[in-house]
Amino acid sequence: MNAIAAIGAWSIATVRGVGDATRFFLAVLGQIPRALLRFGLVRDQVHFVGNYSVVIIGVSGLFVGFVLGLQGYYTLQRYGSEQALGLLVALSLVRELGPVVTALLFAGRAGTSLTAEIGLMKAGEQLSAMEMMAVNPIGRVIAPRFIAGVIAMPILAALFSAVGIIGGYIVGVQLIGVDEGAFWAQMQGGVDVWSDVGNGVIKSIVFGIAVTFVALRTGFEASPTPEGVSRATTRTVVTASLTVLALDFILTALMFSGS
Amino acid sequence: MKSKAIDIWVGLFVVVGAAALLFLALKAGNLASFSTQATYRVNARFDNIGGLKPRAPVKSAGVVVGRVVGIHFDDKTYNAVADIDLETQYKFPKDSSAKILTSGLLGEQYLGLEAGGDQTMLANNDRITNTQSAVVLENLISQFLFNKAADGNSKDKP
Repeated sequence: MNAIAAIGAWSIATVRGVGDATRFFLAVLGQIPRALLRFGLVRDQVHFVGNYSVVIIGVSGLFVGFVLGLQGYYTLQRYGSEQALGLLVALSLVRELGPVVTALLFAGRAGTSLTAEIGLMKAGEQLSAMEMMAVNPIGRVIAPRFIAGVIAMPILAALFSAVGIIGGYIVGVQLIGVDEGAFWAQMQGGVDVWSDVGNGVIKSIVFGIAVTFVALRTGFEASPTPEGVSRATTRTVVTASLTVLALDFILTALMFSGS
Repeated sequence: MKSKAIDIWVGLFVVVGAAALLFLALKAGNLASFSTQATYRVNARFDNIGGLKPRAPVKSAGVVVGRVVGIHFDDKTYNAVADIDLETQYKFPKDSSAKILTSGLLGEQYLGLEAGGDQTMLANNDRITNTQSAVVLENLISQFLFNKAADGNSKDKP
């Protein structure tokens, strides 16, 4: 009997969690127009989640590009097609690694700080104080951060891919000595602007929505204690990363299964 | 003054992002090869188009002069019909011939256009009649084997 009760409790909790998340999402969406009117708030948050993430995204992109150049060359030269190195580096970055790795880093770099900030605001009863003053905390605190995350993520992902391709160029052409013309020509021949670059941008926007939303909601729902905030921060990284990977699989299956 | 500084930093961030996207589109992608030139449409029938795909380049003497826009199957003649957009600045004689070629050993397939000697030029909705199908490796191998077998027979019975 206990087992059945446990299943029942688990089901109710799951359905309730999904419903809660949806209502929270709709509440955030409803507050977006008002948050956009006070654009100063959004700008401050773009500065916070975007500019401060540039260094880690840029350095990671460069090194991912280096490694792709080295490993790709090692595999391709076995088949005598090291000319295709540029295509390999560009396609893997633009289609998959750019959006996904950026989203994972973004969850670690920006998501955690969003969760901790909002969790602490809640612990310090700042959110309740806002409500007392008839200020909607979702409109004042959550929505600007959400917009900022959705703006910053595609920019960071594009930066990651671009820097990664330059990294692949440095290793492939400058160090190993792949022909420069073939490197760029193969890349331009194989990378389609809409179906590859465009879909990569769509992916990064979706990941931006997912990561920022998970981070904000986890912070908003955190129990208002030091322990609760620390748990919420951990949960942000785990949930956001798993969400990104699952979404990536679905999006890849939808976008690229035809070709 | 501080909010001015943040404005500048956020502005820089957005500009860097736009530059990265532009780099991906122009340097890594094929946006630069999208021609905004006016084009005219011709079509060509092939017995077998092999691995030719829509958006494959059409080259003459190695220079891209147009693109394949669509490929469909004609169930009256059982041929494949490729629709081709050629740039208006390039005129080709009516008896030009189209071949399906492969760039390199393992490269992508493209359409090669060879100019003929006719006085009248191809116009919109004309058909290139002189075509050569893609080389299918299996056919080549079976041809080779048949020839070998024929050689062997002729050697046995002189």
